[in-house]
Amino acid sequence: MPLTRTQVQHIAELAKLKLGEEEIDRMTQQLSAILDHAARLQELDTDAIPPTATVVPLQNVMRDDRVEPSMPRDDVLANAPDKDASNEFFRVKAILRE
Amino acid sequence: MEYEPVIGLEVHAQLLTRSKMFCACSADYAGAPPNTHVCPVCLGMPGSLPVINQTAVESTILTALAFHCEIPEFAKFDRKNYHYPDLMKGYQISQYDLPLSVNGFVLIDDAGTIKRIGVRRVHLEEDTAKLFHVDGASLIDVNRAGVPLMEIVSEPDMRSVEQAHLYALKLRQILRYLGVSSGDMEKGAMRFEANISLRPKGSTALSPTRVEIKNLNSLRAMVHATEFEIARQTKLLQAGGTVEQETMGWDEARNATFTQRSKEDAHDYRYFPEPDLPRLQVSREWVAAIRARLPELPDEKRERLMREWGLSAYDAGVITAEKEIADYYDRTVQAGKARGADAKTIANWVTGELFRLMKDRNEEIGAVKIAPTQIPDLVALVNAGTLSNTIAKTVFEEMYASGRDARAIVEERGLAQISDRGALEGVVEQVLAENPKPVGDYLAGKVATAKFLVGQVMKATRGQANPALVNEIVILKLQAMKKA
Repeated sequence: MPLTRTQVQHIAELAKLKLGEEEIDRMTQQLSAILDHAARLQELDTDAIPPTATVVPLQNVMRDDRVEPSMPRDDVLANAPDKDASNEFFRVKAILRE
Repeated sequence: MEYEPVIGLEVHAQLLTRSKMFCACSADYAGAPPNTHVCPVCLGMPGSLPVINQTAVESTILTALAFHCEIPEFAKFDRKNYHYPDLMKGYQISQYDLPLSVNGFVLIDDAGTIKRIGVRRVHLEEDTAKLFHVDGASLIDVNRAGVPLMEIVSEPDMRSVEQAHLYALKLRQILRYLGVSSGDMEKGAMRFEANISLRPKGSTALSPTRVEIKNLNSLRAMVHATEFEIARQTKLLQAGGTVEQETMGWDEARNATFTQRSKEDAHDYRYFPEPDLPRLQVSREWVAAIRARLPELPDEKRERLMREWGLSAYDAGVITAEKEIADYYDRTVQAGKARGADAKTIANWVTGELFRLMKDRNEEIGAVKIAPTQIPDLVALVNAGTLSNTIAKTVFEEMYASGRDARAIVEERGLAQISDRGALEGVVEQVLAENPKPVGDYLAGKVATAKFLVGQVMKATRGQANPALVNEIVILKLQAMKKA
């Protein structure tokens, strides 16, 4: 099932990737090949198998509503690309509220 | 052509859990210093794993049951993918095709007509981080990220702004009765999104294009934005135009909607099952145990107050509007049983004097100093003839101001009703002597002047005389003068 160039551009946009013209061509080919490969799975007869959202044989793994200490703020912000002057907030370039 | 609005609402309500949805950080972030309720799960650090908060799941099911929803046997969480700085992981854990509940409804009373508003689903997700915009930059506080957030999605069943308003109020009232959410909009605990389209009046088809207005952070904003959008679309259609499908924002300051996203760049969230969270199998036993925790809800309580205690629809409505007031009233009625104060008389005090004083002083029920036992004590004093109704109101005001017992106030200020016949006869004689003209009028046949004379006696006793007794004495004395 070949992907179109438009679809690849859309996917790149969602992934916040900037692709050049040549890259779009290459990705269109490569992604189509991956899809073709995965499409072979469709040939399996799965009529007798119930749909599942997970391969983990677990259910209802929950915790009690109990508070435990959070991280020290210096650790929280340790890897921040940028901080405010008072070292309280992560800082990013201006975003208009969506 | 005349148009009819078709409105659907999505309501987000933060749950009142102690910890966050998927980690053990405190969910009570109000007033906390920025980024102090944060852990690797909140930050979406590689290797961190979310674990479901059981109380949040149960609160959501409890809410869904109050909305008469079906609770499917299976539920799962999904990733909703989008890039925005309020989302540390690059996705929000939400529920897509298998939510915790579906197909419920809420009843609203639209000017006497009961209308059923469908609830399509109630699902559970996590709140996002908070952004602050300051001079050319955005600051991020992650404390809010991961707070359990319940989303209640209505069917497009509302046909007026008023109905949308009533529906939102009803949801808030029920959430507060259940104790699952504060519903406090000023603190962002309850937020709205509205879907609005118009159709020719009389048509039953749904319009294929609808406008979604996001980020409505108060009831007022929801009402204003919906009104504005209906007017905008009406004008557009009447001018022969068409409404484009788009997502809009609400500019509170300018009181206008503005375009955020057109149909072309609609979001593609690429939902897929959250692989880090095993599915939920919701056994019928579990649902039954949660159902057993449903408290009496506002509509049931309102009807019970009318049926059992003979309250008027109005009184029952205002008493049950707020859970705190309903609880206060309940406790007062309970205390009244042992003191011979009936529920209806107590309702009169609550909806009359108590509400008046609260309104005058702009105070909430939580700040009221009068304890539930104190109103019945006051009622008992009136029933015993110790206090007239007029004086009782003065006493009530004093109780409201100080929180002291009625009896203490009555004794200290000497307010007890005068029912001593001998003492009152003296006062009546004095009043008759001082008012020869009204007395003359009465004797000449103008019997209505008796009322004036009774009033004068009440005034002379600063309202403390037993009015029935004064009336009796005045009439007897006047009759005696007439015979003489």
